[in-house]
Amino acid sequence: MSFRLFPVEASSISAEVDQLLFFLLAVAAFFTVVIFAAILFFAIRYRRRSDNELPRPIHGSIPLEIVWSVIPFGLSMVMFTWGASVFFRERRPPDNALPIYVVAKQWMWKLQHPEGQREINELHIPVGRPVKLTMTSEDVIHSFFVPAFRTKQDVVPGRYTTTWFTAIKPGKYHLFCAEYCGNNHSGMGGWIYVMEPQDYEAWLSGGTPGATLAENGQKLFENLACANCHKSDGTGRCPDLTGLFGKDVKLADGSTVKADEGYIRESILRPEAKIVAGYQPSMPTFQGLVTEEGVLQLIEYVKSLGPNPGAGQAEGLAAPGSR
Amino acid sequence: MTTAVAEERETYLNAGHGVKSWLLTKDHKRIGLLYLFTITFFFFIGGVFATLIRLELLSPHGNLVSSETYNKLFTMHGVVMVFFFLIPSIPATLGNFFLPLMIGARDLAFPRINLLSWYLLVIGGLFAIFAMVAGGVDTGWTFYTPYSTSYSNTWVIATALGIFVAGFSSILTGLNFIVTVHRMRCPGMTWFRMPLFVWAHYATALIQVLGTPVLAVTLVLVLCERMFHIGIFDPALGGDPVLFQHLFWFYSHPAVYIMILPAMGVISELVSTFSRKAIFGYGFVAFSSVAIAVLGFLVWGHHLFVSGQSLFAGMVFSFLSYFVAIPSAIKVFNWTATLYKGSISYATPMLYAFGFIGLFTIGGLTGLFVACLGIDVHVTDTYFVVAHFHYIMVGGAIMGYLGGLHYWWPKITGRMYPEGWAKLSALVIFLGFNLTFFPQFILGYLGMPRRYHVYPDEFQVLHVLSTAGASVLAVGYLMPLIYFMWSLKYGAIAGRNPWKATGLEWQTDSPPPVHNFDEIPIVTREAYDYSGTVGQEVQVG
Repeated sequence: MSFRLFPVEASSISAEVDQLLFFLLAVAAFFTVVIFAAILFFAIRYRRRSDNELPRPIHGSIPLEIVWSVIPFGLSMVMFTWGASVFFRERRPPDNALPIYVVAKQWMWKLQHPEGQREINELHIPVGRPVKLTMTSEDVIHSFFVPAFRTKQDVVPGRYTTTWFTAIKPGKYHLFCAEYCGNNHSGMGGWIYVMEPQDYEAWLSGGTPGATLAENGQKLFENLACANCHKSDGTGRCPDLTGLFGKDVKLADGSTVKADEGYIRESILRPEAKIVAGYQPSMPTFQGLVTEEGVLQLIEYVKSLGPNPGAGQAEGLAAPGSR
Repeated sequence: MTTAVAEERETYLNAGHGVKSWLLTKDHKRIGLLYLFTITFFFFIGGVFATLIRLELLSPHGNLVSSETYNKLFTMHGVVMVFFFLIPSIPATLGNFFLPLMIGARDLAFPRINLLSWYLLVIGGLFAIFAMVAGGVDTGWTFYTPYSTSYSNTWVIATALGIFVAGFSSILTGLNFIVTVHRMRCPGMTWFRMPLFVWAHYATALIQVLGTPVLAVTLVLVLCERMFHIGIFDPALGGDPVLFQHLFWFYSHPAVYIMILPAMGVISELVSTFSRKAIFGYGFVAFSSVAIAVLGFLVWGHHLFVSGQSLFAGMVFSFLSYFVAIPSAIKVFNWTATLYKGSISYATPMLYAFGFIGLFTIGGLTGLFVACLGIDVHVTDTYFVVAHFHYIMVGGAIMGYLGGLHYWWPKITGRMYPEGWAKLSALVIFLGFNLTFFPQFILGYLGMPRRYHVYPDEFQVLHVLSTAGASVLAVGYLMPLIYFMWSLKYGAIAGRNPWKATGLEWQTDSPPPVHNFDEIPIVTREAYDYSGTVGQEVQVG
């Protein structure tokens, strides 16, 4: 059993968050000491010596009010700005991030690698490489929390949320569910294994997944007969999906939408929600016919159709923060 | 007074006898006492849940109760403490009792509505108790969807109905206070002669009236989805689960100020009385209450930084949250400055005031951490947040409540509490509180998530410290329960104004007559002018 007072810094953002913490701690400690010392000093210095004492009233001081409003305000604006800048870096994945897909349910984490490996309650990642998680839940809200990485993101049913991190230190780190999700909430944990790149390659080739995520998606695409309408030569009843991912799509109501993960998920599960300009609303819903993991495989397949086939990390991929 | 012997004088306590004279009373003082009994009952129920939670967490393996039971314990602890203790605590007891006295009124504006609001709290409480006895509820006091609407198999409907009904109690109390402050001030009691306790309650009442209906609507939507499967929050029914969080926190963040503002009002009274000095910067302290009430409605999104809310929404809510820090800081600095060149007494209420300022300072400063986007991502939903809000709601609100209860006990009952025991209990509570909750800041930054029944071994040492503190705290809370009851019979006779305080409530008898004042007072001085209350003056400073 280990006992510590401060968590390990295992991601590229950890030290940044900790520096911010130390700044806030310094400010908080300063004001705590000032207030406590002043109270203690006044309480002793001006203690009541006779029951009939009547101190001279002092009604206030505008300059003092200004001083102790403006100084805390200035400091708090530093906190805000610094905190927001860390947050922006924390939330915007770099373009070359390794995509991992996460499906949460009561009470387990299901993770898929683009190479096809699947894991439950464990995630193996290489050190030094940004990893982007695209996450959804099959039931209630969960939250993906890795304290050593100082990162946390709610995992919400019905939509995708994303987070990313670059691990900087090989090791084994706690994964927690941080949003209360029912009976076995505290059991919904796991481990993140951060590995040296060569160990990671070995781990990847160790399991034999058989097919990549995109290949599984292609199989699903064929089994669900999607190709009957979504023809790759543009002659089908439904739009050609080649080169779709990351592009702007013109809709029947005149608006445009970016073809990101969320749009494709919605188009599979609620196809009537957004109709592409020039097409009829002929597609049935696949709600209930395809699992959340299946949807993610289909998305990976669509991604593999371009604009840069096979690349989840292509330049056109979901611009940061576009969700 | 015309009557020579105190015992023979008619007071609000002996003016009527029998259960009916209490249950049908329209006297704000008696209704205040009805509330006092009710919330004390709920406080100890919530305390039992807290005790069981802390006992369970002594061990990391969850071997005292099952996880189902544990989840119900923290849910019911939160529900009872927030909705049936903290929200009504100071306003419904001390506010009810003293707001009319402090502005020289004979009662609140609507005495019948005042009684109705007590009944609503009791009826809501009965729903909650029914839910607890029938099997409990396990959603967390936050009722996050779609867990609460589509997944939990516990007594969500009864609990939500209880909170819904109790909410109307809060709305009516707020309404009563607003009208009373506007319409019932005695001659000469101008807005800027009002005690800061009244200002704080006025600000609180604004939140109660404007915020609580949103909670009521939200709970109705939860019930609609749970009972009739109308899709509002559950994505499987076409709803949006994050919408619930927006609605819930639109009330529940301001609700924190329903709990803390009245305590701040109490502290202003205590700091002034026991340093025998006008509050430094009266106007700033008064308007900071209103500022907190208004700004409190603009910051709910800081509970949603990791919910999937957009980056820019997060930024705006973080920015606005820092604005609330300023009026809070203004209060703390002004209280501290009031002590300067005062005549400082160490009477029990003042010890609570010192404790409040210290703990609220820590609670408020750690609020800066959770308002900070970069840090909140790491600490939200961990014990850091648990520690932070307990510093505000227990270290702040309950310290203020207990300080006020000691301060006004002589007025309410006509008797003094035993000073030695009271000082000891204030000290025990302060130490027990810090030992309970300070380790939780460290636990939270280490990454210990909240609402965990089973936890990794490395967190155990800090959990054991916290549980040790909780047992000290429990002793501290039991002591006043005992000596307050003892004092009813054996306490020294208090007299009208044992503290030589300035408020109008101290100019009438202890306990006050049914109609508060034999003659309606006429106010000719500002609040906190001690030149008239201290007999043989010894000028200092």
